[in-house]
Amino acid sequence: MSGNEPNPAATLQRATPEAQPRPAKAADGKRVDHARSAKQFLNAPEHAKSHDTRVWAMRTKRDKQAHTIEEWEELRELASQIKTHTLAHLDTYLEQFEANAKANGIHVHWAADGAEHNRIVHEIFTEHGVKRVIKAKSMLMEECGFRHYMDSVGIEIVETDLGERIQQLDGEDPSHIVVPPVHKMRSDVARLFAEQLGSDPDNDDAHYLAGAQRDATRPLILDADAGMTGANFAVAETGGFVVCTNEGNADLSANVPNLHVASIGIEKLVPRVEDMGVFIRLLSRSALGSPITQYTSHFRAPKQGGEMHIVLVDNGRSKRLGMEKFWSSLKCIRCGACMNTCPVYRRSGGLSYGATYAGPLGLILNPTFDAHRYSNLPFASTLNGSCTNVCPVKINIHEQIFGWRQVLAENGHLPWTKKTALSAAGKVLASPKGYRVAIKTTNSALKHLPRWALYNRMNAWGEGREMPSPPDNGTFHDWYRRNRLKNQAKTPNEGDSQ
Amino acid sequence: MRIGLFVPCFIDAFYPDVGIATLELLERFHCKVDYPFDQTCCGQPMVNSGCHAEARATEALFVKNFAQYDVIVAPSGSCVHQIRDNLTAVEQTPDVKHVRENTLELVEFLHDVLEVDAFPWARFEHRVGYHDSCNTLRNLGHGKPSELHGEPFSKPRALLEKVAGIELVQIDRPDECCGFGGTFSVTEPEVSAQMGRDKIADHGRNGAEYIVSADSSCLMHQSGCAARIGAPIKFKHIAEILNGASQ
Repeated sequence: MSGNEPNPAATLQRATPEAQPRPAKAADGKRVDHARSAKQFLNAPEHAKSHDTRVWAMRTKRDKQAHTIEEWEELRELASQIKTHTLAHLDTYLEQFEANAKANGIHVHWAADGAEHNRIVHEIFTEHGVKRVIKAKSMLMEECGFRHYMDSVGIEIVETDLGERIQQLDGEDPSHIVVPPVHKMRSDVARLFAEQLGSDPDNDDAHYLAGAQRDATRPLILDADAGMTGANFAVAETGGFVVCTNEGNADLSANVPNLHVASIGIEKLVPRVEDMGVFIRLLSRSALGSPITQYTSHFRAPKQGGEMHIVLVDNGRSKRLGMEKFWSSLKCIRCGACMNTCPVYRRSGGLSYGATYAGPLGLILNPTFDAHRYSNLPFASTLNGSCTNVCPVKINIHEQIFGWRQVLAENGHLPWTKKTALSAAGKVLASPKGYRVAIKTTNSALKHLPRWALYNRMNAWGEGREMPSPPDNGTFHDWYRRNRLKNQAKTPNEGDSQ
Repeated sequence: MRIGLFVPCFIDAFYPDVGIATLELLERFHCKVDYPFDQTCCGQPMVNSGCHAEARATEALFVKNFAQYDVIVAPSGSCVHQIRDNLTAVEQTPDVKHVRENTLELVEFLHDVLEVDAFPWARFEHRVGYHDSCNTLRNLGHGKPSELHGEPFSKPRALLEKVAGIELVQIDRPDECCGFGGTFSVTEPEVSAQMGRDKIADHGRNGAEYIVSADSSCLMHQSGCAARIGAPIKFKHIAEILNGASQ
């Protein structure tokens, strides 16, 4: 090795690790600007690359698992049909579920929206004098803003899922529905735990970090007054529900304290226990590419001497059930496969969606909560359709993204500039003559304008790409005129394109 | 069989060689091909952005230009997808239905209708990475997407394998989107360009000299990304290779 070459060991030791990108949040009443947040995410190239690589690895493992099961596509079809059937008779199955749950000694509550959910749970906690709650990860509770509400009334929430705990300690929302801190690198977690838990900031070994978190959290778990879980499935014929985790943390949350409250979205219903055979085979294979979650727990009654509550939450679901083009999004079993396969999600990180749900699923769910705030999201897709192909319950995700664009445009949610530009394009492209003039003007501009006039802030295409060069011998139209229509008179629409 | 050739707007403007190759290739197979002279665009830029009403007149013009043909052939998967599956802003008259049901992408037409078994004039002595555009792959069914179960097949590869001297390379993420996505390329320029760079890198890493596709729009985006970063890879539409281009 010559003296001028860098020492490889020295290049591995960087003085300061790249800071974790933190996209700005949209203010109340403002549109989420996914493109801008995505740019911020991509401006941290190590994080961006790591995110893409890790999330793609889940997609790869998913393919491997799916392709080992001969009847995979039949399973997807069956799951889709079970969900279609259940959603078509949702009222009946919800009543059956409630009756059976009550018969098993469970208290059942109904919440129309997130605020009512939080109030009901707060009342239960107040009755029992609850000061500290251990909580398993639940996207429904994220939807309801549950943790923030509990903060505001002085009840301590401790997340028991490692990834969700990381996000809680960092004051961030989950960026992936299965792997909440997937956008973070180990160095980010080491720094965070050093600040919050007093661990060694220079040790980013995953086992060490998990151990540090466990040592800090276990005493809180053992001492909690109540436990909360969500549910992956609720079974009408038994009044029970199923929670799937890989850390067993839902079992801790459910079993350690005497009081267990489960928040369940009304779309989680399936008719029979037997149906679990279909969904459990699909869920973890689609999510992480593992055959099954480490813990698949069925809860059917309060533990001896304990108390169990279920809050059945609507929060916009029955409204969505009435939307002809979009109701089937309620089939979603929250596996995250669509996020893992989505090339846009992988490049932009989940927090850039500024919403509870990121990725393709988020593009079709979020506008049902707030069409204006999330009106940019259905455009954060190339409509490549891979999300639809991986969906274990066969939701036509990319067609719904396409469908949302039309709904948003028709309801005045497109930015003025975009609407005006497309209206102008529609006029030019409907006129053969106008079109020929436009091509001539464009090609002439590309040929003659100086670089600064073509590549500037007004030209988004030119930010990362060169413009195509205009052809030397004119358009195809010109060629056809020259070579195939030599002796024919010009048409009125042709104009002077040469 | 009377064939109407649709040369999409951006191919007309920027890639006339693709239109010429398509026309000549069809004529080599003794097809009678017309190029309706007043054609413009399929309406996709507007429809893709949700602006269906704004696309109505363009769609109507398209139908007017092509309704008289038995088959309409275009060298662009995404435009064919638009016509076949999303040309819905206009009233669905018999003419509109005829056009929608009889528009085929070039590879489909060669593979499924003409059932071409040889391209004796074609020789392309290069290492080629084939780019499956998302629209041809998942909306037109050019091949089996990697996410789905089933026997792998690929119509464009089956055609390219009949070209003498060609060497097709495999890439790491064969059907990952390249990030063009129509107006997505300008509304999300950073993500779009990053996807384009990643795609080019995948082909380059696996030894491709050329990226070949049935969609010029993907190639326009990728070649723009490659030119910006100075990547040495070259681009070609499948029609040009099947028609005998040697480089």
